[in-house]
Amino acid sequence: MTLPVRLDEDGAAAPPRENGELAFSAPWESRLFGLTMALVEAGRLDWEAFRGRLIGAIAAWEETASDEEWNYWQRWQEAFEDSLESAGLVAAPEIDHLSGQLAARPHGHDHSHGHDHHHEHPTENDE
Amino acid sequence: MTTDHQHGSDSPATRTEALEALLVKKGLVQSAAVDALVERYEQDIGPLRGARVVAEAWTDPAFRARLLEDGMPAIRELGFGDNTDAHVARLVVKENTDSVHNLVVCTLCSCYPWAVLGLPPAWYKSPAYRARAVREPRRLLAELGLDLSPDVEVRVWDSSAEVRYMVLPQRPRGTDGLGVEELTGLVTRDSMIGVEQL
Repeated sequence: MTLPVRLDEDGAAAPPRENGELAFSAPWESRLFGLTMALVEAGRLDWEAFRGRLIGAIAAWEETASDEEWNYWQRWQEAFEDSLESAGLVAAPEIDHLSGQLAARPHGHDHSHGHDHHHEHPTENDE
Repeated sequence: MTTDHQHGSDSPATRTEALEALLVKKGLVQSAAVDALVERYEQDIGPLRGARVVAEAWTDPAFRARLLEDGMPAIRELGFGDNTDAHVARLVVKENTDSVHNLVVCTLCSCYPWAVLGLPPAWYKSPAYRARAVREPRRLLAELGLDLSPDVEVRVWDSSAEVRYMVLPQRPRGTDGLGVEELTGLVTRDSMIGVEQL
């Protein structure tokens, strides 16, 4: 199979796999992966540069004694955000701002309640 | 999922949602394209490593001996296998000869030596293959286009979480002058499962 990018299969930067298939334990992980590859395939991000940041993020995590549970895709997220910033595509404060707004949504924001209460849509008023 | 130590109150899931919203808004990504893209990469590993292992074994008798002795250390010599599922203890390579033909199956589920062969084909996971490979391997192989002479013994190897099998096919005739690279191109996935001869 010919894909534009050959993911690492061995070594520190290799994504987790189960019986050969990429292993995602939550929807955001595969979403994050897809966003990254979309930008790489579109030529917006350089794969080798991203890969270097990923290796760096993993090494940095390993050097820090942390009680946080290991999650490969969180390191990927750090590397992705760094890459976006350095490519001038999305600045860190933009992400912080919108993410903060999304996190502040009331519980059950994405469910239909039958009654017509208004939700602000952060993406529309965010510059 | 609800706590994230680096970014305060937002979770990785929320941050990813924000990233996607920003990228879509900037016209850098189309949400609909992302799913299809993930699917492509989910199944990205091909059987090339196994083919290389076989070609090395054909051309280097000492490597072949080490491979048949214990598969995992041998494939590590070629730089493969580090990322294999941690619980997979062994890779066992079974060599086809003029008198013995080996066939790999996983009767319980779909255990497969993916570190060398990539992802299993759909038929490998099918209940029919899993049952018939053990019950009537000769007939199954004939249906798959491999008619074995009655004096060839068929040995069926049932994979498990701990032990994965791979077949070392016989080197095709008339390939004496070929190097590792050219030989690698001749080795098929099916020949390393044992449903094809080269």
